[in-house]
Amino acid sequence: MATGGGEGARTWRRRAPKRDLAVWFGWLLGLLVTLECFRVIADVTIWEFVWDAPQQAGDLFSRMVPPRWPYIDRLWLPLWDTINIATLGTLLAIVMAVPVAFCAASNTTPSRLLVRPVALFIIVASRSINSLIWALLLVSIIGPGVLAGIIAIALRSIGFVAKLLYEAIEEIDTAQVEAVAATGAGPGQVLTYGIVPQIMPAFAGISVFRWDINIRESTVLGLVGAGGIGLELQASISTLAWPQASVIFLLILGTVLVSEWVSARIRHAII
Amino acid sequence: MAVAGARRSWSPPPLIANPWLRWAVVIGAAIYLYLALNSVPLNWARILDGLSRGWLFVKGFLTPDFVSRHEEIFEGLLESVVMTVVSTVLGVALALPVALGAAKNVAPWPVYYLCRAFIAASRTFQEVIIAILFVAMFGFGPFAGMLTITFATIGFMAKLLAEDIEDIDRSQVEAIRATGASWAQTVNYAIQPQVLPRLIGLSLYRVDINFRESAVVGIVGAGGIGATLNTAFDRYEYSVAGAILLLIIGIVMACEYTSGLIRRRVQ
Repeated sequence: MATGGGEGARTWRRRAPKRDLAVWFGWLLGLLVTLECFRVIADVTIWEFVWDAPQQAGDLFSRMVPPRWPYIDRLWLPLWDTINIATLGTLLAIVMAVPVAFCAASNTTPSRLLVRPVALFIIVASRSINSLIWALLLVSIIGPGVLAGIIAIALRSIGFVAKLLYEAIEEIDTAQVEAVAATGAGPGQVLTYGIVPQIMPAFAGISVFRWDINIRESTVLGLVGAGGIGLELQASISTLAWPQASVIFLLILGTVLVSEWVSARIRHAII
Repeated sequence: MAVAGARRSWSPPPLIANPWLRWAVVIGAAIYLYLALNSVPLNWARILDGLSRGWLFVKGFLTPDFVSRHEEIFEGLLESVVMTVVSTVLGVALALPVALGAAKNVAPWPVYYLCRAFIAASRTFQEVIIAILFVAMFGFGPFAGMLTITFATIGFMAKLLAEDIEDIDRSQVEAIRATGASWAQTVNYAIQPQVLPRLIGLSLYRVDINFRESAVVGIVGAGGIGATLNTAFDRYEYSVAGAILLLIIGIVMACEYTSGLIRRRVQ
């Protein structure tokens, strides 16, 4: 912060003039990059379709309303599948993520040079790739169906759960670990009595949080053939049955709201 | 801690203290698992068949083929990166007014509820669903993808930023207001400095997310690397798919590393 002088009237300014100029250039550069990026998009855009959009949106809306409510009877089974994909996928992810997290945390890893980088790479790889892409891969490998969805959700969630969990492990209170070790406990006992009780609340919170996210994600996995309500959505959209699509959208909305409420209640009870 | 009579052994307290609730949860979970696992159809022949194909993918992933489809890959990645940049900038810029509107201590209640409703709508639906609708409205291509990711960015940023604005230190606002500052000056001098570090951190985090999302919206025709990836899987070209996945992982890692550096400088 500097008081920049100017013709006697000393007005307060946040930065010195030179820094002001640098900041201004930074903004200009950012703006130019963004505009250039937009130009690339604009070049491949068919603008007639874009100007047409309000009309298209109105048309789409008029097709979607009123929703074809009787159709909902055919959605309960896919919805059950969707919930199973999310829940079983989360459970599978937790089972795999716990060892990865302990290998990735710098205070519990068996080897900082060999094991930790591998665990960190697993975390990054799993987090970088969206569950829909995992589903695409798995549908191509094991065929379409609920199983592909479960494994896709699990593979995507390992990184998320393991990352948050290993951060929780690294932040534990070492005094408790030392106290347990001082009683003559072996490494396994230090783990179960010194470390696990400290990370249990974080672990439960992370799992429920991820389950909530997975409910959302599993609603669309069917678009690539991995089971659940997304399959019905895909079928409705490709046959242009928009009144059915709107029923599905509303059902997804309801499911997500319920799962959010459940997860908030559970997390509230834990923490 | 319970000391059990003469044996003096100790066991850690259970996670759920109430025994009735604990057993209800355990039994409920067991019944659910039984029903859920039974409803998953398993086609063992197809899965065994898939194992060899899975092995092919692992081999493809280990021997990625960047060369034979480098043009499609380059174009797809360029589109993804470009979509990420534009939608992050646009999304953050548009999220600022929405965040102010969605903060209880700043906005009047009609604006508050309007902004909260907008945030809820943007966060409930997956990007892919929004992308389907936008593709139907705006036609195929990265423009629809860009709008999709911008829309999702607004919801994400506005929600987290609004929570931060609601948590600010009131005394600074009062101090600025006591100098006779207008609403805009109060926002700029009392609120903005308090939430700026978090705004920068969230924006950087969102860059990562947006890049990952830009790889997905292509599956429904909204541009980006997703379309190329989808084609590669459809043709069982696993070494091309492996190359694309490695590039995505590499770019996400680079983004995370850079944003970590910037965040450390800001805070």
